[in-house]
Amino acid sequence: MMLIPCPWCGPRNETEFHYGGQAGVACPKDPYAASDAEWAAFLFFRDNPKGVFTERWMHRSGCRRWFDLRRDTATNEIHTGAHEDQERTVAV
Amino acid sequence: MAPRTPGADLPDHPDRLWRSADPKSSYDVVIVGGGGHGLATAYYLAVNHGITNIAVLERGWLAGGNMARNTTIIRSNYLWDESAGLYEHALKLWEGLEDELDYPLLFSQRGVLNLAHSLQEVRDGVRRVGANRLNGVDAEWLDTDQVAEACPILNTSPDLRYPVLGATWQPRAGIAKHDHVAWGFARALDLLGVDLVEGCEVTGFERIGDRVIGVETTRGPIRAGRVALAAAGHTSVLADTLGLRLPLQSHPLQALVSELLEPVHPTVVMSNAVHVYVSQAHKGELVLGAGIDAYNSYGQRGAFHTIERELAAAVELFPMFARAHVVRTWGGVVDVTPDASAVMGRTPFEGLYVNCGWGTGGFKATPGVGWCFAHTIANDEPHPLNAPFGLERFTTGALIDEHGAAGVAH
Repeated sequence: MMLIPCPWCGPRNETEFHYGGQAGVACPKDPYAASDAEWAAFLFFRDNPKGVFTERWMHRSGCRRWFDLRRDTATNEIHTGAHEDQERTVAV
Repeated sequence: MAPRTPGADLPDHPDRLWRSADPKSSYDVVIVGGGGHGLATAYYLAVNHGITNIAVLERGWLAGGNMARNTTIIRSNYLWDESAGLYEHALKLWEGLEDELDYPLLFSQRGVLNLAHSLQEVRDGVRRVGANRLNGVDAEWLDTDQVAEACPILNTSPDLRYPVLGATWQPRAGIAKHDHVAWGFARALDLLGVDLVEGCEVTGFERIGDRVIGVETTRGPIRAGRVALAAAGHTSVLADTLGLRLPLQSHPLQALVSELLEPVHPTVVMSNAVHVYVSQAHKGELVLGAGIDAYNSYGQRGAFHTIERELAAAVELFPMFARAHVVRTWGGVVDVTPDASAVMGRTPFEGLYVNCGWGTGGFKATPGVGWCFAHTIANDEPHPLNAPFGLERFTTGALIDEHGAAGVAH
């Protein structure tokens, strides 16, 4: 089980969290102008690196807020340094 | 008399089923991934299409990835026509595979129960039985008493938190010994002159423009007329070297076994709602699996709470299992697609074919994959059975959504 650092609640067990997949996936700016390929990219295609991955987690059993985390998908090592510098996604 | 050296009088090592080949500099077809799918594909390329100048490249040891880690369940009772076509073709091949390979696979058609625990699941199950029958797949709906008859050790009491309200029943479903399947194919391939190259990791591709002409490996470059990917959870890593995006996410999938027990479990039981699936191997261990760990990972391990949840479900359904012990747990890396159906077909690169996205359920399709993927590679166009499974469906929107539809607890 991973110990995941919630930016608001501190390190907590993985069981308290919900996983949200790749971070920073942007919806097509103009939905009516987006092509089928652009919709496909937005809906179905995500990065799947073996290595450091910036991803979304939600502290479901705690503060219930979303945040970004950088984790190595090969080792599960969490890169907290970069994470602490980032802007919080919700105003405190 | 002088004491004997322990082990000195052991017999010679038995004959090997295949020779672990050194790679040649070029082949007609290079298959990346020496698991069940890669081996079966090579086999049908040789047998159905007369192509034997093939190398199967495996980065570890033969069939040591998901082929060594799955829970060996075989069934074809999927909802949608596309899936039923592919999986039923696979099941028909399974039914003749021991004779075909002349090798014991311990293929046992002991049937599968897919339990329903809610009114919605009952409706879905009855619907799926109807769809299966229309597609020529054997299927029956069993009520609670009939379920108890099919699997007496199952707790069918109405007092359960999620009582068993009925189940779909596919009598021709079952299990096979996964290692034997790989070894049977490997032995046959060796006799056909196909090179099985172990300890050879593909690190990139050689290409001219948009045509792939070979692979770069840890044992040097290998030229190939055609390159076929059957690399399961690591497919994205390979495709990334070409800048080819695939709709895959790699997750850990765990499984476990108990100690060896007397035969107690006559069939295969799967439950989506409480999420566990259980069979008993010929040797006697209970084999259990459940869902993926939620996060992306290439580590062949998962979290213990996943195991704990699946065992809670198993003990609720099978009270006698409370006295069994977990002997081993392990994980594999599975590549999951957004619609829980596989991707098999051509790619935007000429000479490159992909078979991936089998997620948690690729074992059952092994011979069917081999048959159809070999056809795709040999003819540079998909077999009718895998034509709906192309990459393009994610752009056209013609998804094959088996997520809730087919009991995607595999």
